[in-house]
Amino acid sequence: MYRYTEFDQRMVDERVAQFRDQIARWQAGALSDDELRPLRLQNGLYIQRHAPMLRVAIPYGLLAAFQMRALARIARTWDRGYGHFSTRQNIQFNWIALEQAPDVLAALAAVQMHAIQTSGNCVRNITSDPYAGVAPDEAVDPRPYCELMRQWSTFHPEFSFLPRKFKIAFDASATEDRAATALHDLGFYLRRDAAGAVVADVLAGGGMGRTPVVGTIIRRALAWRHLPTYTEAVLRVYNRHGRRDNMYKARIKILVRALGAEAFAREVDAEFAFLEDGPGTATDAELARIAAGFAPPAYRDFSAAALGADAAALAAQGAAHPGFTRWMGRSVREHRVPGYAAVTLSLKRSGIAPGDADAGIMEALADLAERFSFGELRVTHEQNIVLADVARHDLFELWNAARALGLATPNIGLLTDMICCPGGDFCSLANAKSIPIAQAITDRFEDLDYQHDLGDLTLNISGCINSCGHHHVGNIGILGVDKQGAEFYQVTLGGVVGPDPERTAIGGVIGKAFAAEQIPDVVAAILDTYVALRAPEERFIETLQRVGPEPFRAAAYPQQDEARETENA
Amino acid sequence: MPEQTHLIRIIDGAPRLVADPWQAVDSAAQWDELGSAPGASLLLPLVLAASQPERVRASHGPALGLLLAPNDDPAGAVPFLPHVALIGVQFPKFTDGRGYSSAVLLRARYGWKGELRALGEVLQDQLFALRRVGFDSFALSAGRDPQAALRAFAPFSGSYQGSVDQPLPAFARLASA
Repeated sequence: MYRYTEFDQRMVDERVAQFRDQIARWQAGALSDDELRPLRLQNGLYIQRHAPMLRVAIPYGLLAAFQMRALARIARTWDRGYGHFSTRQNIQFNWIALEQAPDVLAALAAVQMHAIQTSGNCVRNITSDPYAGVAPDEAVDPRPYCELMRQWSTFHPEFSFLPRKFKIAFDASATEDRAATALHDLGFYLRRDAAGAVVADVLAGGGMGRTPVVGTIIRRALAWRHLPTYTEAVLRVYNRHGRRDNMYKARIKILVRALGAEAFAREVDAEFAFLEDGPGTATDAELARIAAGFAPPAYRDFSAAALGADAAALAAQGAAHPGFTRWMGRSVREHRVPGYAAVTLSLKRSGIAPGDADAGIMEALADLAERFSFGELRVTHEQNIVLADVARHDLFELWNAARALGLATPNIGLLTDMICCPGGDFCSLANAKSIPIAQAITDRFEDLDYQHDLGDLTLNISGCINSCGHHHVGNIGILGVDKQGAEFYQVTLGGVVGPDPERTAIGGVIGKAFAAEQIPDVVAAILDTYVALRAPEERFIETLQRVGPEPFRAAAYPQQDEARETENA
Repeated sequence: MPEQTHLIRIIDGAPRLVADPWQAVDSAAQWDELGSAPGASLLLPLVLAASQPERVRASHGPALGLLLAPNDDPAGAVPFLPHVALIGVQFPKFTDGRGYSSAVLLRARYGWKGELRALGEVLQDQLFALRRVGFDSFALSAGRDPQAALRAFAPFSGSYQGSVDQPLPAFARLASA
């Protein structure tokens, strides 16, 4: 993976020194709380329910084993021994004392990590496909482009005080969008044009939150070297014209909608005309320099005979261990190199909040990465961990090792592989708890046979309308709402992240909100409806799209009169 | 008594504390009144200047400057550029980042070479970015320590991306070095 140059290292070191000085001035009373707030946010520090939360960037989800160990050490030394992998390829620590935050940032800088711009009204951590570089369906490895833009956006002097946060994602798969790109402020769909050159279809104005919007393509086939300058044009239009009078209307999606996507695109084009091919244009040499950091690891060149023997051994292991077969079916993905596979280790199991990992698990993950996957890990926006380069002949051994750690639950892409925000247990924004809901669903539907029979299904839970749990795009979405001080849960159906914006949809609310204890029954009623109505081989979302939400809604509200009170839900 | 404000200007590449001769004008009447004073330096809101463009162009008495509000289009200042000695950009709150784009446009697109001043809520932690986008004059918020501000211009020894101060990104500079 990309390793810091001397210059990169100096940037993060100087950032630590700068923040140390800011904290010292705040402690001395020379900087007010209000003045410190944007500064600490741009260093990843929120004031949360219990203590400041530190959000650490894992750029495009890529993490070296030694970095994972450093995260474990931070959890042990400055936190309470665990962290939470978020839906934006970050890790969050919930118990960091503000006074000690500079030391934590220094510990991160020592392993080429940072918390720069993980919060605040600026360009946030850039996210991408956790299978980047190994996925067979990939048109181009997005990571060098992500890193190019990470560097471009770091401490950008013009765009540090935008109207609101700004999230960028890259997707380079023709068949799936594994970064929920269409739900970002700015999304780049990388592909190759007819001549083989790397170009991006550019999407703007997507987002979740209280006004969920699937973004719109505003530019087709942008040559990759224009990524920085075109982004500069987008951000300048947004910085100047985005609303600042109401934080709920300040995201770029509101501007794009107010102007209309075509008019917005024209504004951007007019701005871009001044920048195109200017000094900010990326160069082949710079891309090559960055891309060298993502050169493939030293894959072994397996002979056809060896590959055949591996396949036979896997078949025999599968025959002897049905659990291994099941895990192979859910957790192991195809790899572009023969003899290798990408493995997703599940952070979703009973008793653990989705995405949480304690220091011991982090270190064990680092060990597994070193033993089986060239010392690298990836964090997924579904809050799991990927070992992207596992030799197929190691899969059985990896399964055994992961099973011993509780990381081999074969539920990837299934009901209990829920996306879930920290919710009211930790987050001061939340209206309701989300972790206990996830726990109740996990416990109710722990039967793996049933989950496997249900097949591919996304169930996403957010504790408030900020939608960190991506409930808007869950096939089943659950949103915590506050009604007169009590916690209730609204259910949406039909959300889906498709391969492109046209096939991506926001879920629709099915009716009035439920009490927490009703949720497992409601989910059960929805699932029973699917099982009753599905055609052979039809996935949950396909049945839902074919028959519409009404039968599901009817099942969720057996008392019809209750279902009619939907307006105020 | 209001707390003192300090003005910093970049002179020969270094930030220095300087006296501020500029007087803010907020109405046509005030312009009339102050405009007759010999040697006055008057900072006019862009909207006021735009309401009497001939007067700006014909002015031979006091030095004139333009003050842009965050939502003013810098293009509106272009006709006046040959006739003014200062352009100020107002930051009503330091978290309102529109003025950074105004500065970039004034410098990089409209060719303003004269003094470009940040006014309003101007705190030391903004100075690095303000200077990068082309400001060379900084009216610190009242009551702020000017010495600390003078030391706050270079928290970083370099920058990844180009801007007004250095149009080349780091990779292009390093490549040509």
